[in-house]
Amino acid sequence: MKRSPIPAGALDREVAGGVRTDQKSPAHLAASGVTIAYRANAGSVHAVDALDLSVNRGEVVCIVGPSGCGKTTFLNAVAGFIPLSGGTLTLAGRPITGPGPQRAMVFQQPSLLPWRDVLGNVTYGLEMSGLLRGRAARERATELVGLVGLAEFAHSYPQQLSGGMQQRVNLARALAVEPELLALDEPFASVDAQTRELLQGELLRLCTRTAVTAMFVTHDIVEAVFLGDRVCVFGPRPGRIIAEFTVDIPKPRRSHVRRDPAFVNLVDRVSRALYAGADPEGADHVD
Amino acid sequence: MSTDTPIRPVARERLVTTRRTDNRTEKYLFGVTAVILVVALWELVAALRIEPVILLPGPVDVIDAFQQMFSSDTIWQDLGASGAELLYGLVLAAVVGIPVGMLLGWYRRVGYVFDPFVNFFYSIPRIALGPLLIVWLGIGLSSKVTLVFLMALFPIVINTTTGVRDIDPQLVRASRCFGGGDLQIFRTIALPGAVPFVLSGLRLAVGQALIGVFVAELMGAQHGIGLLMNNAGQQFQTATVFAGLIIFAVAGFVLTVLLRRAERHFDAWRS
Repeated sequence: MKRSPIPAGALDREVAGGVRTDQKSPAHLAASGVTIAYRANAGSVHAVDALDLSVNRGEVVCIVGPSGCGKTTFLNAVAGFIPLSGGTLTLAGRPITGPGPQRAMVFQQPSLLPWRDVLGNVTYGLEMSGLLRGRAARERATELVGLVGLAEFAHSYPQQLSGGMQQRVNLARALAVEPELLALDEPFASVDAQTRELLQGELLRLCTRTAVTAMFVTHDIVEAVFLGDRVCVFGPRPGRIIAEFTVDIPKPRRSHVRRDPAFVNLVDRVSRALYAGADPEGADHVD
Repeated sequence: MSTDTPIRPVARERLVTTRRTDNRTEKYLFGVTAVILVVALWELVAALRIEPVILLPGPVDVIDAFQQMFSSDTIWQDLGASGAELLYGLVLAAVVGIPVGMLLGWYRRVGYVFDPFVNFFYSIPRIALGPLLIVWLGIGLSSKVTLVFLMALFPIVINTTTGVRDIDPQLVRASRCFGGGDLQIFRTIALPGAVPFVLSGLRLAVGQALIGVFVAELMGAQHGIGLLMNNAGQQFQTATVFAGLIIFAVAGFVLTVLLRRAERHFDAWRS
């Protein structure tokens, strides 16, 4: 209980503005010079500009940034939904050309099939990807449903579940396909604050347990620091990384780590970077 | 690892139950009582003979008419003819309408091509095609089945198309993200999503088909409940007309109840 989770000086490895150069192994997910522009009704939108980012295997990287900074667009490109206008994006050495089960997405909306029960929804990803079917799929799904704490609700329909429980199902469905990369787009934005903290803790444990590589987009800085091995701060559009922080807080992280001075300090520095990027003149006005 | 604390399962009581509050026995109690009251009132008014039997037969007169009807063999020919027209027309409309509706809903461009025609046929009083069908197909079974088919087809096509188009883009995105192809998305999202729409289309079609049966028989027939009603009306056998009406009502009611059952079966996830 007395153990301070954060070693002194652990938070000082901040890299401003770009790629970490001290990697030993080649990056699992590698984005280099990624530029995304698309046509919208009001002309062309330059959403992401020459973005470099690498995520190592088993790492959880959180992306924070102001609204409309292109962080979700970037995540969608990683998922394969949006083509790149320039640069390269590779996962495990292979370029990303379209959506695929090696990159599972968890959206802000649970997006569950209302006519399938919890188990049926968790097998859905396995069926679509053709990884497992029938009994094998159900066995894997049962395991995942238990892992997210919904064993008792395996045969309930999504409409019978609360928002937080639906997001657990969503998460289980994504983890069931054992993705190379788990891409999460503000998955806890629409659940209440207490459930959110609970789910954050569980997500962290699940990520550790399954050793999954994850990219987590959020606008909640505390959430980003709590979950991430690294936090990347996006500047206003066109999106690019304006600051990067390594979170050297050992895992498992308990809920109360959020009150730890070192944690609070890091949150403060991330928010300073975020607000400085959003408004270079007003960097010092951050409370 | 020892650091790996198991995740606390969600407690049972947090299950959100949104059970329908309507009480079934109450529903039947009120419904049946109302029907009995109305029939009793009807009998009362008829028994007072404010109007002659020719204008307003009472329930007892209608029961007499039923007894007379079923004492002859021709009633079975009439029932058989009308039943065949109704069922052949409806089944054909479902067999053609559901796949066509899916095609129009799923393939955007096919929809663009056929939408004007579907809307045209849906807007015109299709019953008015009757004379044309008699010219083309004669007064036999085929012209009647065709009219019933045309009456029933469009509600089914339009509802099915709407159901397939109503597909939730969030679900499609989730499916694509796991590598789901077009066919898989159709099978796992569009098809189950369209089922409630298809069933309510079928329910609308039943009503339309009954209109088709009646009108088709007016335009020339040898047997049929519609024909029987028309003949009885011309001879002022008003109670027999009422009996025919009740036969139509029962047919519509039975089919509707069966479809409601099916709807409830496929809608289990909604409750």
